[in-house]
Amino acid sequence: MIDKNTQFLGYRRQNGAVGVRNHVIILPVDDISNAACEAVAHNIKGTMALPHPYGRLQFGADLDLHFRTLIGTGSNPNVAAVVVIGIEEGWTKKIVDGIAKTGKPVLGYSIELHGDHDTIMRASRGARELVQYASELQREPCNLADLWVSTKCGESDTTSGCGANPTVGNAFDKLYDMGNTLCFGETTELTGGEQIVAARCRTDQVREDFMKMFNRYQEVVDRHKTSDLSESQPTKGNIAGGLTTIEEKALGNIQKIGKKCMVDGVLDKAETPTGRGLWFMDSSSAAAEMVTLCAASGFAVHFFPTGQGNVVGNPIVPVIKICANPRTVRTMGEHIDVDTSGLLQRDINMDAAGDVLLDMLLRTANGRLTAAEALGHREFVLTRLYESA
Amino acid sequence: MIHFVVHEEGDSVGTIVVEDVKANTDLVGWIMEEDKTLNLPTISDIPIGHKVALKDLAEGDTVIKYGVDIGRVIAPIKAGEHLHVHNVKTKRW
Repeated sequence: MIDKNTQFLGYRRQNGAVGVRNHVIILPVDDISNAACEAVAHNIKGTMALPHPYGRLQFGADLDLHFRTLIGTGSNPNVAAVVVIGIEEGWTKKIVDGIAKTGKPVLGYSIELHGDHDTIMRASRGARELVQYASELQREPCNLADLWVSTKCGESDTTSGCGANPTVGNAFDKLYDMGNTLCFGETTELTGGEQIVAARCRTDQVREDFMKMFNRYQEVVDRHKTSDLSESQPTKGNIAGGLTTIEEKALGNIQKIGKKCMVDGVLDKAETPTGRGLWFMDSSSAAAEMVTLCAASGFAVHFFPTGQGNVVGNPIVPVIKICANPRTVRTMGEHIDVDTSGLLQRDINMDAAGDVLLDMLLRTANGRLTAAEALGHREFVLTRLYESA
Repeated sequence: MIHFVVHEEGDSVGTIVVEDVKANTDLVGWIMEEDKTLNLPTISDIPIGHKVALKDLAEGDTVIKYGVDIGRVIAPIKAGEHLHVHNVKTKRW
C-alpha cells in the first residue's frame, strides 16, 4: 500500500531534488556540435550524447525556450553531471551557468579556435572525470512524495479513455493526496473538454491563465489549418483505433487528471513548477516533444498511457507505458510496462488498477528499467515556436 | 465476457473492447460508472476500440460520451450500428 510514508532508493542532488537515474550527459548547444558530443560519448563509456537539430539563428521567445529546455535537461534530477559543447563560447557558457545553479558538476567546451579534435580531447578528459564522480554516487532513502511525475498519453484510442488514462487518473489522485508534484499538458488535445479543466483550476487566476494558453493555441490552429485537422489531431492512428472527434479524444485525455486533483498552476513550455500539486504545462501533443519539455521542467518519471501503441522514450526520464488495449498488449507487448486490459473486462476495478501503476512507479524509481529504456528509445525532441532568422 | 464498455449511464455510445465483433451478434456491455450491465444486438461488424450506437440517432443529433457532447451526427445511425468518422463529425474544427 503506497502512501505518503513510502520511500524509495533514489539520488538526492545538491539542490535537494530527488532523481531515479544517474545519467552523465554530453549536451550539444547546437546542431553542429552533435558530432563532437557523439565522439565524446563514444570515448567515455557510461555517458550519453543528446544530439538535436537546432540552436542556430534562433531568436526571441523561441531562443529563450531553446535555452530553457537545454538548461532544464541538464538540471533534471536524473542527471548527475553534464558536459556541454557548443560552436562558440558565449551560448555554451550560458547553458553551463544555467545548469551550474543546481550545484551539480558541469563543464563547457567550445569548438571555435580549437576545432573538433582538440574539443573532443578536452571534453573527453572532462567527461571521464564526471563519469567516475557519478559512478561513486549512492542511492539513499527518499520519500516517494518528493518524486515529480508527469503524464501524457499517445497513440490513444478509445481504450485510453476508458482504461489506461483513468488508471493514471486514479494514481494521480493518490499522488496528489501524498503531496507529489505532478504535470499534464497537451493544450490542443483538451479541445472539447477545456471547460472541465477550467472548472478544476484552484483559483480564478489559474483559470484565467489556463484559458489564455488554451485560446492562444486554438488561434494558432485556426490560423494555419487547411481542413478540420483529422489525421493530425486526432491522428490517423487515433482514428484507426476508434477515436472519432477531438472532443472525444479530449474527454479521454482529461481522465488522466483523475477526479480529485485540482490544477494548482500553469507553466510555460519547460518552465519549472514552484510548488507541489498538479500543474498544467502549455505544450505540444506530440509525444517526444512533450516528454522532452516535462523532463526539462524537472519531472523525474513519466506516465505514458497508450492505446494503439506509442513506443516513445526519453534519454533521461523513464517513461512508463500503460495500456488497456488487449490487441496492443498482445502484438506490441515488449513496449508495455503496465497492462490494464483487465480493467475493461471487469477483472479488476479502477482502484486496483491505480495501485498497480503506483507499484510500477515504485519499482521504476528503485531502478527497474522501463520497456522504453531497455529498448533504447531516447527521443530528445525540441519544440520550436517559429522559423529561424 | 464483456464485449463493450459504456462510460456512464446516458451515453449514446459504447466502446468495443474485444476483437472480431460481427453483425447480428448479441453483445454484453458494462456501464462502468454505475457498474451495471446491458445487452445489445449489433447490426454491423465493429473493430476493437470502435464505437457502437446504443440507440437510434438522427442527422444533427449530438453524440454523448462521458456525459458530454463529443460531436454531431452527419448520417442517420441505428442502435447496434458502427459509429465513427463516416457518420459523426467534430463540432469544433
